[in-house]
Amino acid sequence: MTALSDVRTSRRAALTALVTTSVLLTACGSGGGDSGSGAGQPRSGSTLTFAVGSDAGCVDPQQVASNETVYAVRQIVDSLTDQDPRTGRIVPWLAKSWDVSSDATTFTFHLRPGVTFSDGSKLTAQVVKDNFDAVPKLGALGTLAEGYLSGVKSTTVVDPLTVKVTFGQPNAQFLQATSTHSLGIEASASVKRTPQQRCSDGVIGSGPFVSKQYVQNQSITLAKRTGYAWGSSRWSKKGEAYLDRLVFRVVPEAGVRAGSLQSGQVDAISSVGRANEAALEGGQVTLLCRANPGVVFGLGVNNSRPLLKDVKVRQAILAAVDRKQIADTVFPTGTQPATSVLAHTTPDYTDLSSDLAFDAAKAKSLLEAAGWKAGSDGIRAKDGKKLSLTISWFPNAATNQPALELVQQQLKAVGIDVVLKQGQVSQFATTLQGGDFDLVWGNVTRSDPDILRTSFSTRLANFYRLPATSLDTALSGQAATTDTAKREQLVEEAQKLIVQNAYNVPVVELQTQLAVSKKVHSLDFDSGSRIQLHDTWIG
Amino acid sequence: MRRYVIKRLAQAVGVLWAAYTVSFLVLNWLPGDPVTAMASAGMDSGDVDPARLAALRQEYGFDKPAPVQYAEHLGRAVRGDFGDSVSTGRPVTSTLAGALPQTLQLTGAALLLAVVLGGGLAVPATYTSRRWLRQLLLSLPPLGVSVPTFWVGLLLVETFSFRLHWLPAFGNDGFTGLVLPALTLAVPTGAQIAQVLAKSLLTALGQAYVETARAKGAGRWRVHLRHALRNASLPALTVVGLLVGQLIAGSVVVETVFSRDGLGRVTAAAVTAQDIPLVQGVVVFGALIFVTTNLVIDLVYPLLDPRIVVTSDRKAALA
Repeated sequence: MTALSDVRTSRRAALTALVTTSVLLTACGSGGGDSGSGAGQPRSGSTLTFAVGSDAGCVDPQQVASNETVYAVRQIVDSLTDQDPRTGRIVPWLAKSWDVSSDATTFTFHLRPGVTFSDGSKLTAQVVKDNFDAVPKLGALGTLAEGYLSGVKSTTVVDPLTVKVTFGQPNAQFLQATSTHSLGIEASASVKRTPQQRCSDGVIGSGPFVSKQYVQNQSITLAKRTGYAWGSSRWSKKGEAYLDRLVFRVVPEAGVRAGSLQSGQVDAISSVGRANEAALEGGQVTLLCRANPGVVFGLGVNNSRPLLKDVKVRQAILAAVDRKQIADTVFPTGTQPATSVLAHTTPDYTDLSSDLAFDAAKAKSLLEAAGWKAGSDGIRAKDGKKLSLTISWFPNAATNQPALELVQQQLKAVGIDVVLKQGQVSQFATTLQGGDFDLVWGNVTRSDPDILRTSFSTRLANFYRLPATSLDTALSGQAATTDTAKREQLVEEAQKLIVQNAYNVPVVELQTQLAVSKKVHSLDFDSGSRIQLHDTWIG
Repeated sequence: MRRYVIKRLAQAVGVLWAAYTVSFLVLNWLPGDPVTAMASAGMDSGDVDPARLAALRQEYGFDKPAPVQYAEHLGRAVRGDFGDSVSTGRPVTSTLAGALPQTLQLTGAALLLAVVLGGGLAVPATYTSRRWLRQLLLSLPPLGVSVPTFWVGLLLVETFSFRLHWLPAFGNDGFTGLVLPALTLAVPTGAQIAQVLAKSLLTALGQAYVETARAKGAGRWRVHLRHALRNASLPALTVVGLLVGQLIAGSVVVETVFSRDGLGRVTAAAVTAQDIPLVQGVVVFGALIFVTTNLVIDLVYPLLDPRIVVTSDRKAALA
């Protein structure tokens, strides 16, 4: 009974942390505790076969961005810190403690003693320094890690187990960044190799699993690291992992992935689409899902366009979108409509659902007030000019087109004409940089609210051409404070400013959805909605 | 004969050059470039430092004018160096060499099955004197050609892997893993062989030499197999040459459905990532296989039909 009440207490804590949105019940669980029924005692042994949809062509955690490959390579390396997926708090892993200067420019990590890499070498401050010093030279595939360390002045060895990272500007996000796979610590032997060699041959880490074999486009095989004893402070099992082997098979066809799980050829699959849910229901399968933290899927607004400079037009678009209809018709069951510009799984998220409520009447009156009168064809016009906007989008997710066709209908209902313009995935960045767009459909996954600064500060790239306002002050302020309460308050202010001024039109949270055989237990999401398999067992 | 071979070799080189040039033009004409594609690999609209992108373009040589890039790349390609894949950093030639054995295995098995299926259908269809059976057998090839490979693949996986648990649904492992993908790929190919072979068999059976053979007292089977089939197999052989190209193209779909590694998967990934060096490598390599097969088939003709004599002239004259 004690165990049960413990679970309850932690559930309540989770609810408080996630504010009200988690009250919305979903069809699939978010992992945690026991995903299967009749759990029994956890036991060691067995092989977990996991079918993923694609292969990034690289098995270096510092250079992989695609979730499908991160699932595997995350298990090879440990990070300095870990992030609690329920509270967003940063907790010890390879670093047993750390100090951050009050201006958030200097981060000092005190490493745990006795950690070794799988080649036998020891974890020291020098190894961490070597890792961070090599990150800027990673090249094109290392943009995530490079971004986390951008503006770094120096990494210095204070003593064999103390390492200090100094930035030129306040950089509060760096602490969370040290919990990501992108800044996972690799052995000196790996750091010395070229980025290409690390990509194709894999790396040596200190993680709970060791890379055994990588066959491009086919599989990644990992084996348990024997003697592992320095797991993250938030894991329930101490010491080695339960599973002996992990085999990640690349199975690109979604229907084949689902069938392979149903017929017992694999134990878990990733990227379950709405179309495959029905096939998986009722079987010996559990669906697991969690919203990706970061900026939700929505319309990025080019705030410098003549039509979109008018805050009333932007607010009308915000009110005209029926988020629930989009989430319920197009996305996997359980996907939640956006309730802020940040997903509810992001630390310091604020519930702004009342500002994002669907209200066609309000949208119409805002447009009337802005001088846009309905024409004979139902499309509004002002001074002989039609209210017509283009949404640029890229086929990087199967849900994009149907979601946008719904947005198109919804906006048409209040008199806004929308043209959908499809581009190539490779043009995404160019489109944002060039600024030749009205609205652009996209999202950004990041488990730190600093992503708001990256996306919306006029002092950085400013892809969305925002005017300089007090929003900049809030965004810079949150990056420069180590006081969690103050940071939360500034992040809340920033979210409100973005949503109320409709600098962005949040639509729907991106949900990571996995399906897992019922014999697999404790397959849990981490804070980035990826997976950690140390505590996972089969029985 | 030697002049003929030399001439055909020159033609083959021409085809390869054309394949290289056309693919270069098409890929350069597309908007965007592989470096931006790579930087947005996380599918997120994160910020990418334009200066970094410029540095990378310079590193890969994408900043140079197209004609200069073309000349440089062609010069290296002639020496067998297609550069490094932009998305993985591995040399294109080693990527292709790694994927080739898997695809050869798949297409080889599929071709063998297709010939057996095609012959197995065309010979009885033309031999039988029962009208309904002939109609039935002859209606199968058009069906085989028209159903999408993708659908056939999924149907086979559903039946033999998910329901009956006889064969694995994915992977390159051993013979069992080869059966379903080879069968999937063999269906449209075998159907086309059957169509051509049945038609030429029917034509051959109406020829005078068949009458002669019959008049000499040869049995029906003997006439059908020894006399008619041998002549009728020539057009079918020509078709096989063309089908090799189709098999390689079909491997893109089949390797994806059955999660097999090989040229098809490499192609699909390279095209998605707009990995110009790799796509060009695939195109030229595919053309090379196609050209070689057809060259070999042209040289085999005289062995099958002694009446064919290859001359240096464009036409193969009947003696």
